[in-house]
Amino acid sequence: MKEMIRIAAGQGFWGDLPEAPIRQVEGGPIDYLMLDYLAEVTMSIMQKQKARDPSAGFAKDFVPMMKRILPACVEKNIRVMANAGGVNVGGCANALREAARELGLAGKLQIGVVTGDDIMSRLDGMLDRGIELRNMDTDEPLATIRERVQSANVYLGARPMAEALNRGAQIVITGRVTDTGLTLAPMIHEFGWAADDWHRLAAGTIAGHIIECGAQASGGNCQYEWRSIPNLADVGFAIVEASPDGTFVVTKHEGTGGWVIIPSVKEQLVYEMGNPREYITPDCVADFTTVRLEYEGRDRVRVCEIEGRPATEFFKVSISYSAGFKSIGTLVYAWPDAYDKAKAADKILRARLDRLGLHFDQVLTEFVGVNATHGLLAGEPRGDLPEVQLRVGVRSENRSAVVGFTKEIAPLILTGPPAVTGFAGGRPKVEEIVAYWPALIPKSEIVPRVDLIEV
Amino acid sequence: MRLQLTKLAYARSGDKGDTANIGLIALREVFYPLLVREVTVERVKRHFKGICKGEVERFELPNLSALNFLLHESLGGGGTLSLMTDAQGKTFSTALLRMVVEISNDEAVRFGLV
Repeated sequence: MKEMIRIAAGQGFWGDLPEAPIRQVEGGPIDYLMLDYLAEVTMSIMQKQKARDPSAGFAKDFVPMMKRILPACVEKNIRVMANAGGVNVGGCANALREAARELGLAGKLQIGVVTGDDIMSRLDGMLDRGIELRNMDTDEPLATIRERVQSANVYLGARPMAEALNRGAQIVITGRVTDTGLTLAPMIHEFGWAADDWHRLAAGTIAGHIIECGAQASGGNCQYEWRSIPNLADVGFAIVEASPDGTFVVTKHEGTGGWVIIPSVKEQLVYEMGNPREYITPDCVADFTTVRLEYEGRDRVRVCEIEGRPATEFFKVSISYSAGFKSIGTLVYAWPDAYDKAKAADKILRARLDRLGLHFDQVLTEFVGVNATHGLLAGEPRGDLPEVQLRVGVRSENRSAVVGFTKEIAPLILTGPPAVTGFAGGRPKVEEIVAYWPALIPKSEIVPRVDLIEV
Repeated sequence: MRLQLTKLAYARSGDKGDTANIGLIALREVFYPLLVREVTVERVKRHFKGICKGEVERFELPNLSALNFLLHESLGGGGTLSLMTDAQGKTFSTALLRMVVEISNDEAVRFGLV
């Protein structure tokens, strides 16, 4: 058994810094690379892609990125954990295998495929059997919006991924899994942690929470002394050095920018946090009020004494559904009286929308440069601002109402208050809203599946 | 003595659906009891009036000298439903740091905040 493994974060979300995974592989020794390719509603986009083309439905950027690092990963025995599989994990694995063969790596590695998360085709059967998939926030049963559902995926935990590693996978590709599981799975595999080893599972979970947002633990979005953070342009994404006893060190590659200090780690610990005593995952319930942080050296924070409790009987399900349409239009007004002009333009726009008989579920006006982030807390602006951006958003079940709105923005330039610009985008886009429906499902309903593919 | 929270703490915020969470972390461990005393659920709810339309919850993390606040119904529906610039709640952190709290002159001297 190894005494310590290094797990590096490569992508904090779908669309993170493209070079980050490459820099993690090339910037120093690592054992595992962890990549998060799924936002909450990414699955619905991928379902649509698969409906148009059965070989699609996974994160397209994953394979070209892997081509750049795969030879180094094989040479240095770096294993990769990625939820890039979306709703076509097999398709993603096949595409990766092709790319690996093109690189001359045939026979040199195996790809682990973790599935069982996709319950889209089983939904009606489940609803018939009385599994209501009630919305965790509103308590409404899924049946009320059944015909709008676009995707349904269970958050699998670390166990199936650890099994893939146990069976020899060098690259583990999954559909929907917990982000923390991507980091915990290598620890379970390397250190043999049992399914009821709650304290260690909680430690691995919290390690995963710390690095799952990439640079957000190592100087990115760091409020503490932000001006002093060195060289963010070359920020090193977070790395965890994990030990078999559940303690770990948060760090980053030498020579990279950013910093790993107790404040930067604390900020990431509290990020997207509900009840800190009960951080629920498929593998355990982690207690963030037991975390102890210690300074161990430059850009090294030691984390220990974490406690956990037994996992629940449920998986969380992420369901996406169509929820109408929206659009955001913006214009910029310049000094003098920029704020007054923007307000006047907003009044004119709303009067015109009324006159056209266009009704919306919501119309939201914000003034960027005045109160778009802090609202009433920003108070009234002091002085005559250089410029103000008028930002108006509308939402409606009725697509044509939203289209009507988009046609009213540009005309304000020639038919509204003066010294206006910032319209280069032309007519704003109409976006279909794909909303998120979180629910719970008994674990007994789900059978995770692990397959190995030889390259 | 009145003091803006920026002198006592730093913060990071995020989202969980239509709820914004704000982690408020004491700049020095000795400030934590001040935060516990002064940054109450009622005061946070009042501070975010007009922004937070639901309940406010507070959790204590003494091990990190931090408080975690949940501001329900603050993100215009949250996620893709929201029309807000800050649908993800990432600037709620500094919005909370605008809050002004009261500490005694004695505390101000003791903690070198004068």
